[in-house]
Amino acid sequence: MVETLKPETSEQVVEAIAWATGEEAPVEILGTGTKRGFGRPMGDGNRLIGHAVDLSGLSGITLYEPEELVLSAWAGTPLAEIEAAVAEKGQMLAFEPPRFARLYGGEGGTLGGMIACNLAGPRRPKAGSARDHILGIEAVTGRGELVKSGGRVVKNVTGYDLSKLLTGSFGTLAALTQITIKVLPAAETEETILVSDMDDAAAVDLMSAALNSSNEVSGAAHLPSGTGAVPGPVTAFRIEGFAPSVAARGDTLRDLVGGHGGVSTLDREGSRSLWASVRDVDGMAAETAETGETGDDDMPLWRLSVTPNRAADIVSAVLATVPGTVQYDWAGGLIWFQAETDADGTGHAAIRSILAAHGGGHATLVRASEDVRRTVDVFEPQPAPLAALSARVKESFDPRHILNPGRMYSGV
Amino acid sequence: MKMPEPDAQTLARRDEIVAAMHAFVPGEGVISDETGMAVYESDGLTAYRQLPMIVVLPETVAQVSAIMRYCNENAVKIVPRGAGTSLSGGALPAADAITLGLGKFNRVLEVDYENRCAVVQPGVTNLGITHAVEADGFYYAPDPSSQIACTIGGNVAENSGGVHCLKYGLTTNNILGIEMVLPDGEILRLGGKHMDSEGYDLLGVMTGSEGLLGVITEVTVRILPKPTAARALMIGFESSTAGGQCVADIIGAGIIPGGMEMMDRPAIKAAEAFVQVGYPLNVEALLLVELDGPPVEVDYLIGRVREIADGLGAVSIRVSESEDERNQFWAGRKAAFPAIGRLTPDYYCMDGTIPRHRLPEVLERMSVLSEKYGLGVANVFHAGDGNLHPLIMYDANKPGELDRAENFGSDILRLCVEVGGVLTGEHGVGVEKRDLMSEVFTEDDLKQQQRVKCAFDPNQLLNPGKVFPTLHRCAELGRMHIHRGKMPFPDIPRF
Ligand SMILES: Cc1cc2nc3c(=O)[nH]c(=O)nc-3n(C[C@H](O)[C@H](O)[C@H](O)COP(=O)(O)OP(=O)(O)OC[C@H]3O[C@@H](n4cnc5c(N)ncnc54)[C@H](O)[C@@H]3O)c2cc1C
Repeated sequence: MVETLKPETSEQVVEAIAWATGEEAPVEILGTGTKRGFGRPMGDGNRLIGHAVDLSGLSGITLYEPEELVLSAWAGTPLAEIEAAVAEKGQMLAFEPPRFARLYGGEGGTLGGMIACNLAGPRRPKAGSARDHILGIEAVTGRGELVKSGGRVVKNVTGYDLSKLLTGSFGTLAALTQITIKVLPAAETEETILVSDMDDAAAVDLMSAALNSSNEVSGAAHLPSGTGAVPGPVTAFRIEGFAPSVAARGDTLRDLVGGHGGVSTLDREGSRSLWASVRDVDGMAAETAETGETGDDDMPLWRLSVTPNRAADIVSAVLATVPGTVQYDWAGGLIWFQAETDADGTGHAAIRSILAAHGGGHATLVRASEDVRRTVDVFEPQPAPLAALSARVKESFDPRHILNPGRMYSGV
Repeated sequence: MKMPEPDAQTLARRDEIVAAMHAFVPGEGVISDETGMAVYESDGLTAYRQLPMIVVLPETVAQVSAIMRYCNENAVKIVPRGAGTSLSGGALPAADAITLGLGKFNRVLEVDYENRCAVVQPGVTNLGITHAVEADGFYYAPDPSSQIACTIGGNVAENSGGVHCLKYGLTTNNILGIEMVLPDGEILRLGGKHMDSEGYDLLGVMTGSEGLLGVITEVTVRILPKPTAARALMIGFESSTAGGQCVADIIGAGIIPGGMEMMDRPAIKAAEAFVQVGYPLNVEALLLVELDGPPVEVDYLIGRVREIADGLGAVSIRVSESEDERNQFWAGRKAAFPAIGRLTPDYYCMDGTIPRHRLPEVLERMSVLSEKYGLGVANVFHAGDGNLHPLIMYDANKPGELDRAENFGSDILRLCVEVGGVLTGEHGVGVEKRDLMSEVFTEDDLKQQQRVKCAFDPNQLLNPGKVFPTLHRCAELGRMHIHRGKMPFPDIPRF
């Protein structure tokens, strides 16, 4: 039985982790646990996880100054609460964090969980990911010490950028307690131009051309299996901003994409709902939403970060090895791949060598049964010198390997 | 500023080390005579000078790796150097260290428009990247004022910013990958042409690491299509409070300008005297706001910003009607440093960041400090992101003035921290702000940063004496103090 500790102050987090360190008792660090299926099953050799440190008790926005574009909150604050607060002031988290919980049949999620996984949605090519918007962090290391990095100002090079290091570290370096992020004005309006019936290669080329044009495209996705409304392949281009500008850029973009397929336009509402579904990869959401567990028979879901213009070649090579369905985002830079076979995940080697042969990148096994995630590398394996450096970085924060041990890499 | 005592053993082996370097780098790539090394004795922070032990200018990654491996095995320190424009003494040599100049790594290796990136060597200048792609309508967005001279390697090491960073981000937001060499000679790649480097964000840590973690030997940068139009407004206000309010209202209206800069009265006066572009001399604050994007958007936003400024009682508003006029508006701001330089034998450029709304108070207290120290100060300000550049005027030839300028500067930075800001927005800690680090960080914070340093550089051979006020040995930092047997968390709810 795992005992859950629910600290309500950062001092209590320090206390809990200092104890775990003293006892060499590995702990699971979690927010609301919605992304528990993301990562390797934890445990380090035969040391079992006996305790969980649940940070959802550290909740609430502690500072929000819209005119300074800055927001601080406790790590356990529900992401929805933060998005509602900024929306009320006409602002947004520009990196468009996806609702990853849905991939695992859940809902919700916390700020800390989102930062720990470094999430980013369709605006990634233009606006960056979570790591690009983090300004400061307070966290408790595996040494049981509360440390901070960064601050509450946008421009800051005082000391190493440990906030970025902790972003995307999946709770393996420190338990995040407080987070400061940059927020940005939300666009006044938006529209999306759809082009139908392009094959993948043509779509990838056109997405590249659109991003290279001066139309400030803030989303470029290709959905080979269409959307709910449109059955065939659809390629979508989003434009956001002030109304007169969106209208003008919409016109020039329609000229650019015209002639490549049937062209139609989604208004603001239609555009919003399309991109929400691209962001959350709705087409690949867990089917077992009720139980909150993905069944063991589920086939692997992969997230591939690749050189954008190689995307179509990568997909055709992957599909020749493992059949499945795909969604392209980030103008090709992000490929979601839901395998239809390969229950045991053995296709990972082929997938990863295809990536390596096409300009590099990384493949992450986002969803698979626990057994598969135990045997197949969930995160891209690293070359030896890099793996050794990562292990030393882990060591510097958590020398006794008590924080989410093994979640990213075996032994880290 | 005290630098670490040079290591006598290393100095005694100098000839042997020079010979070893000649074996790694042929011909003129090793400089060991005093005259040859003199040009490397300082960087942009000219108050500090120190001849290096040896200067080595490698040309290939293999050479860098061999040099680093040798130095690691022989306990020889290394100071990486780009163009030497650092304003914090980041590239200041050490008497017992090799200055490793990356200037010969000066090639653009690949421009890849389809993936909107360029692969360049670290010695390519910041502006050199834009030059390589501008004919095709692209540019590299971060634009430090030193962009003609400073290198992309130095930009990554300092996480440099510029006027355009408000809208387009800092160096860290505009690079996709690097190749680097660790102190033990290992060559690593972080990131690439894909987005988000895998595993821990070591690319994020390397950016802004001030040459303390590894030597950068290649950089993949993002390039962007050039905005089709840009226009600027030049707005004068009777007070910095009104100027600051204008900045807040522009952002509050959801507008993120391509650039938004402010100057105070002494800076305006100096700039106008120098370049004569028609800056208003009857105002306390001058705001330059540049809007870029498609022409329709630019024109629309010019109107919106003008309304906001009018509403706040701006004393003067001019809108650029041509590229020439826009460049004129900027000419004064861009020449602000040399303009101040004409008024004073020496000036000292500070770089604190503050929460923007504290600006009036900070300027007020700065002028009190200015009187206390008997030294003039002019302010240029990246207004959009709260990054202040107070320029303290002094005369190094007058006994005691340099010390006074430095103390004045330290007080300004303490003030920035006091109001919720930080010591440095873009120039780095280097040697200059090293001893102020404990104003911002606790002992635990600093020790954790140093542990990360140890993960990269366990023998602490890279860029010694920079960034950290107190040196600890890595073994000592790694030790854990365990409080065992303590009753676990009596107060924490458990389930
Ligand atoms: C007039 C003037 C205006 C300036 N304006 C701005 C500005 O607007 N914005 C801004 O951010 N900065 C500005 N600076 C500061 C400076 O130009 C930047 O910090 C710049 O990035 C330094 O680049 P460099 O090539 O000169 O590096 P250097 O000064 O040679 O080195 C800087 C640091 O980087 C390290 N380093 C250099 N190359 C490498 C490498 N390849 N691998 C590892 N470490 C390396 C060095 O060890 C050192 O710590 C200005 C400086 C001057 C003189």
